[in-house]
Amino acid sequence: MKLEQISIFLENKSGRLAEVTRILAEAGINIRALSLADTADFGILRLIVNDTDRAKEVLKKNGFTVGKTEVLGVEVPDRPGGLAGILEILAREDINVEYMYAFVQKSADSAIIIFRFDELDRAIEALTRGGVRILKGEEIYSL
Amino acid sequence: MIWNEEFETLPREALEALQGRRLRDLVERVYVTVPPYRKKMQEAGVRPEDIKGLDDLKRLPFTTKDDLRDNYPFGMFAVPLERVVRVHASSGTTGKPTVVGYTRRDIETWAELMARTLTAAGVHRGDVVHNAYGYGLFTGGLGFHYGAERIGATVIPISGGNTKRQIMIMKDFGSTVLTCTPSYALNIAEVMEEMGLRPSDLRLRVGIFGAEPWSERMRQEIEKKLQIDAIDIYGLSEIIGPGVSVECIEKKHGLHIFEDHFIPEIINPDTGEVLPYGEEGELVFTTLTKEAFPVIRYRTRDITRLIPEPCICGRTFVRMEKVTGRTDDMLIIRGVNVFPSQIEHVLMSVEGVEPHYQIIVDREGALDVMEVQVEVSEEIFSDEIKVLEGLQKRIEQELKDALAVSCRVKLVEPKTIQRSEGKAKRVIDRRKI
Repeated sequence: MKLEQISIFLENKSGRLAEVTRILAEAGINIRALSLADTADFGILRLIVNDTDRAKEVLKKNGFTVGKTEVLGVEVPDRPGGLAGILEILAREDINVEYMYAFVQKSADSAIIIFRFDELDRAIEALTRGGVRILKGEEIYSL
Repeated sequence: MIWNEEFETLPREALEALQGRRLRDLVERVYVTVPPYRKKMQEAGVRPEDIKGLDDLKRLPFTTKDDLRDNYPFGMFAVPLERVVRVHASSGTTGKPTVVGYTRRDIETWAELMARTLTAAGVHRGDVVHNAYGYGLFTGGLGFHYGAERIGATVIPISGGNTKRQIMIMKDFGSTVLTCTPSYALNIAEVMEEMGLRPSDLRLRVGIFGAEPWSERMRQEIEKKLQIDAIDIYGLSEIIGPGVSVECIEKKHGLHIFEDHFIPEIINPDTGEVLPYGEEGELVFTTLTKEAFPVIRYRTRDITRLIPEPCICGRTFVRMEKVTGRTDDMLIIRGVNVFPSQIEHVLMSVEGVEPHYQIIVDREGALDVMEVQVEVSEEIFSDEIKVLEGLQKRIEQELKDALAVSCRVKLVEPKTIQRSEGKAKRVIDRRKI
């Protein structure tokens, strides 16, 4: 149920993002989803890839600081109010979203959103009870 | 002008005889009252009676900042604490400061030396002294304060910070003398310009600047921008604070060392060998009259040379050139001494592991800025911005608490910090002084 996400520390200077994607490309790793959070000085690149361990290994070998975090991939109905319904479930349970970003891939009638929670297990429980579908790791890595 | 004509113009022979007598007394005294000195002398096989005069000085062991650290806080004091009326402190090389103490008589001596210093710069009764050195554990503020009071000048104990207000007060109070670091004097000049004030709007006549190295080029700039005479002063808390040596306004070249109270030596920093007058090396001081915190052959780590030629001002004291460098890696940031090891100490306590860091010092306008770049390791990395920003702010705060000067912390990628021959280059100083 939980997804593995890698995060990479980047300084805010040109060419760093290109370097990451080049290293992953050369290792034959496919990026499934990504988000970049940044400040004036640095950024954190978060990635869902088809081979987390290998991605982490090649990036570390190239001198990057890489972290691994568990996140959730949640299916969101592709219609107005789709995301609002899910966020309401979380708000009711007082579960805080640390950050979220949309998945690149899109299936026929639903979108996929990646959520990062501090209280991951409570979030899973609340979402499941609310009838929200959480995607399994294999489903996402192989999309 | 000379404050103490009798001592400041003593013929060399009489001065050296006085130094010899005082040295003998000093060695006898510390041998009895300061166990670390006794231990060092025993290890070196020197007894107090071996020190018969000035020529025997070189037989005594050196004292270093490490000795002071090992005996923190009061272990090197030569009198019981009841007789100590004041302590000051400066930066240590790790988390603990270097502590020095003063008896009532030491405070008297210091005031006398600062009275001489101010007089050498042409300051006198009737002057208004704007004292922008920091007051507190740092010796600068109170050292100048007591000296200026001693000569009967009017002291404005403004301390550091809030430059616009400082300028307003100088203008309104008719300050004639400015005392601060040379870079702060330039900062004042810049802010005055921004405020649309000219030097003639102030009554400043002379400035006494120290606590950091500065060049002849900076002197010319200060003198031109503020329309004053700029005088260099030297001192360090381990010796007494400001008032160890000063330039005379007549010559403005070489700082007269108050030799009736301090014996200077120049040594080869690698071998410890005493070098003849005129040769460049590390400056070493022995204090002759201090009661609470005497030091024997204290290694200042400052590099300079001694000028024995007589000076036109009439003082018979030897002069030292402006300090040109250090034999260790100490930095002086806005007048505050900073050791890279202090920064390492703080980073270690925050990260719990040996940090990779680099210190970048630069000058923005007239003021020093220090940036500490810290490599983000896996141990401290987080996928959340707020965690990393929190870490950055926490390091900034802890460094500020430990160093007593603020700096900027920048998180950088691993291996971005230059490593030469496997060892990281810790300090990049881009200042052009």
